[in-house]
Amino acid sequence: MFRRLPDADDATIEVTIDGRAERVRAGDTVAAALFSVGIESHRTTDVSGTPRTPYCMMGVCFECLVVIDGVGNRQGCLVPIRGGMRIETQRGKREVDQ
Amino acid sequence: MARPPQRDADVAVVGGGLVGAAIAWGLARAGQRVVVLDEGDVAYRASRGNFGLVWVQGKGLGMPEYAAWTKRSSDNWGQFARLLKEQTGLDVRFSRPGGFHLCLLEHELENRANLLARLHNQPAMVKYDYEILDRDRLKTMLPQIGPEVVGASYCALDGHVNSLQLLRTLHAGMQQLGATYLSDHLVEHINVADGEFRLTTRHGDLRAGKIVLAAGNGNARLGPMVGLKIPVRPQRGQIIVTEKVAPFLNHPIVTVRQTDEGSVMIGDSVEEAGWDVTVGTGVLAAMAERAVRMFPQLGRLNVVRSWAALRVMTGDGFPIYAQSERCPGAYVAACHSGVTLAANHALVLAPLIAKGSLPAEQFGGFSARRFDVPAIA
Repeated sequence: MFRRLPDADDATIEVTIDGRAERVRAGDTVAAALFSVGIESHRTTDVSGTPRTPYCMMGVCFECLVVIDGVGNRQGCLVPIRGGMRIETQRGKREVDQ
Repeated sequence: MARPPQRDADVAVVGGGLVGAAIAWGLARAGQRVVVLDEGDVAYRASRGNFGLVWVQGKGLGMPEYAAWTKRSSDNWGQFARLLKEQTGLDVRFSRPGGFHLCLLEHELENRANLLARLHNQPAMVKYDYEILDRDRLKTMLPQIGPEVVGASYCALDGHVNSLQLLRTLHAGMQQLGATYLSDHLVEHINVADGEFRLTTRHGDLRAGKIVLAAGNGNARLGPMVGLKIPVRPQRGQIIVTEKVAPFLNHPIVTVRQTDEGSVMIGDSVEEAGWDVTVGTGVLAAMAERAVRMFPQLGRLNVVRSWAALRVMTGDGFPIYAQSERCPGAYVAACHSGVTLAANHALVLAPLIAKGSLPAEQFGGFSARRFDVPAIA
């Protein structure tokens, strides 16, 4: 669905996404990194469980909520990705303990 | 001689919040033609800012009738929720898992135990069980508590409900039963003539055989128009709402509860602030700090909303129910427990208003005449 601009820097880092090791571009946000490895639905909603995809990519719509290093409901579009991050797509409500 | 045109309603209910809507639903269910006159979006709307408890424990010190009335409503709530669901298909998510009042200091627990002992030692106090729990017993029932919690009072009758869904459901239900809802119809004046009530609004007059004043703090202005003194004042409460999380707290606490959809509500402030509905970070911070000491997991959660709303507070905190002696047919219902008492307002009070009297043996104590006792010289 997404293509890189031709002037994008190609440096990559390794992260874990839903338990799999993935190489993603340094400098991306978490949400952009998930798109880049082909994950379109980043979460399901907290009440009805409907799959959702990030919509605004600028911190407004809250459709990009994911679990980052064990903390749920993080806005993936506002968090720069870092090497070694563990990211999980979020299924429903976050847990109070994580 | 020309016959006067037909009245607009058997009963006009002034106020479309939880108190007015519950009574209107009950009146419509009893076969009355009902019109509900509500304010517009500028209204203070205690019904949209409340905490959503259906609460029994601790209520009624100084007026055992209020304790009995509260328990009766709690006992009626299951049937009330079922009737609403059967009629409208909407679920107000009432549950009664038993509730706790948590204490963070030994002397708080002592004071709590003393207060409940005095409450239940009153003559004519309604009988129901409650318990004072030390930390060890509490921990077996509520393992999530933080290290600073020293104990709690517990009552199996306490519960909670989705109070926004309740307001929506009552509105849907009363209209399905034929009631007419008129928004933006602030009642400016009430005249009594020819055995009926004329209510003046900016959109014209309405005529009704009876009226019920259920306008929250607006009752103070409206009451004297029909010979009722209704001393109510706004009392501010503030509420914090967190993001939704998976269910972790299956009992309501008087100051903290997890809603059916997963949000955690925190709210225990009481302030005399007139009509000011601004939130204050000092009060919010104190509320959040106490909540996190009760349940340390809450410290990790994001806050998504906070607001202030105005309780409808009578002089002694107990409800006012009365029929006007000067203008028979004019009734008042004023209280700060529009959620807890909704079942009684719908299933007990409304049918009596439909019939035309509030029996003195049951409602005499709730009259505003209790505020007329002259000061002793």
